[in-house]
Amino acid sequence: MKSGHKNGVIVPEQPGRSAIEVRGVRKVFGTGESQVAALDTVSVSIRENEFFTLLGPSGCGKTTLLRLIAGFDFPSAGEILLHGQDIASLPPFKRPVNTVFQSYALFPHMTVAENIGFGLEMLGKPKTEIKARVAEMLKLVKMEALSGRRTSQISGGQQQRVALARALAPQPKVLLLDEPLSALDYKLRKEMQIELKRLQHETGITFIFVTHDQEEALTMSDRIAVMSSGKILQVGTPWDIYDKPAERFVADFIGETNFLTAAIANIGNGKARATLKSGATIDATVAEGFQPKDNATVVVRPEHAKLTSGKGELSGMVENIVYFGTDTHIHVQLDSGEAFTVRQQNTRSAGCGFERGDKVGISIGNDAAQVLRD
Amino acid sequence: MARSFAIKHQPGFSAIAATCFVVLYLPIIVLVVYAFNAATSTSEWGGFSLKWFQSASQNSQVIDATLRSFQIGAIAAILATIFATMAALATTRTAPYRGLTFKYAAINQPLMVPEIVTGVALLIFFSRIKIFTGYSGLGYLIAAHTAFCIPFAYLPIRARLENMDLTLERAAADLYATPWQTFRRITLPLLWPGILAGLMLAFVISLDDVVITEFVKSGGQDTLPTYMLGQIRRGITPEINAISTVFLLLSVAIVTLFFFISRKRD
Repeated sequence: MKSGHKNGVIVPEQPGRSAIEVRGVRKVFGTGESQVAALDTVSVSIRENEFFTLLGPSGCGKTTLLRLIAGFDFPSAGEILLHGQDIASLPPFKRPVNTVFQSYALFPHMTVAENIGFGLEMLGKPKTEIKARVAEMLKLVKMEALSGRRTSQISGGQQQRVALARALAPQPKVLLLDEPLSALDYKLRKEMQIELKRLQHETGITFIFVTHDQEEALTMSDRIAVMSSGKILQVGTPWDIYDKPAERFVADFIGETNFLTAAIANIGNGKARATLKSGATIDATVAEGFQPKDNATVVVRPEHAKLTSGKGELSGMVENIVYFGTDTHIHVQLDSGEAFTVRQQNTRSAGCGFERGDKVGISIGNDAAQVLRD
Repeated sequence: MARSFAIKHQPGFSAIAATCFVVLYLPIIVLVVYAFNAATSTSEWGGFSLKWFQSASQNSQVIDATLRSFQIGAIAAILATIFATMAALATTRTAPYRGLTFKYAAINQPLMVPEIVTGVALLIFFSRIKIFTGYSGLGYLIAAHTAFCIPFAYLPIRARLENMDLTLERAAADLYATPWQTFRRITLPLLWPGILAGLMLAFVISLDDVVITEFVKSGGQDTLPTYMLGQIRRGITPEINAISTVFLLLSVAIVTLFFFISRKRD
């Protein structure tokens, strides 16, 4: 059963005050014939104290949106509100918003402590206050011992922490993070993911995080906006995005999934009956406010289906078996000609129980299918 | 020992290289050796002596010309470096646009226009101004030197700027620094090695100039190189060798310093 998220209380779904409100923002680069819309009329509301992620492939416009919020670029049209005030035309040094850059952009001619204190110094804070705040920040990111080092004398992970401390020191209303973990190796990245969540929790600052890594987005975010070609396709909790993808792009981009063509009937209450090519009929959920046509695509995640040697909703032949350590992926060629992958949890004592060429059935769980808007 | 086959090896290249070095450095070595000649002639050896260095250091014309060279060089180098820094900022801190390449070329004009042409042009131009204003001070020489020093100061500064990460300035702006604060606290300190390198290069170039100076200078405005040129016309004594030797050491010292400064990149 996959109703775990219904009991999960990690995301309070109450409509909090919005920290950033993006209204109908367009950003066009170039002129005349070579004009490209990097952002095509984007609207989104980011709540206070939220870990919000902009997720999408490179070139989808997520970094452009971040730059518009930071003030490094100005929108061609639309409004960006910070706590209800339009900031779209303010220069970056007048916005109470700080950025953690992908390359960290630490000042090489300053020490770690000078880097962290720079924002406060520019705000004209008194020296004693800056000193106290820098010490506090160093402690927060666990870098007290290295405060006097040059930024070239510390490791990549430490530079990352300094960049975070520097951006958090002036206590911004919103912290922007532009793929900050992409330069770190796998283990360090995992550590920093947890670290970022802790920092967000402890500081209570709204984080807007940009990434192309769907796993990173799922594990860290309160809510995710999936972007493609300058548009926001879907906004929701990680569960929404993963389990109830509204469109093919979202379903395809996040995790692995199986696409099946089906005839749709009995639509109502966010549900429908989908008749698959195999003739079997399964329950499927439908995105809110969407009225599917007779024929549509339904998606089933590989871990929400089960392989049996008997009969199931689908049947086919095992084409390939790939071992992944924690689980095994079994690729099946369905009798209808479509491809289908089943993910099966591994145990130590037994193999996966199937071999290439086996005739198999696939049973699909009760609440496993979602109808796509396509 | 068996040698491995080297694809880059071409027969005869070492010999050519050696010949080039001999032709380049032998005359200079001879010049330096004869600076220590006790005889009055530059063609026969009369034993070791430091007397020509002594006589040069007591020659008021030499001292006068040296001080003038330094004065012009220092002022021209500083002015050229300021202009070059502004030009470098303007040509790198912008998206490429139509006409940018033309601007590069325009800034580097003194590298392309033959010195003699600039010399003649300035002679005519400045002589008109002299008639109008009656001013005939060092200002003309300083202006001329500033102009031809700009590209030499510009090149290292621009190179440094192009290697500099724009994100640093963006980060400063993000951390509430105004454009001026960003320049003062981030751009300038990071640009400093380039500026120093440009300054020294400009100074050496100014110190060394003969052609334009010869055309532009008024009476009694000899710089060290034009004084030496004048002396040679009257017959050479080893004093010229002595002056040249000191000049050589000075140039080598400045260029060495320039090398170490420009190498020091974090």
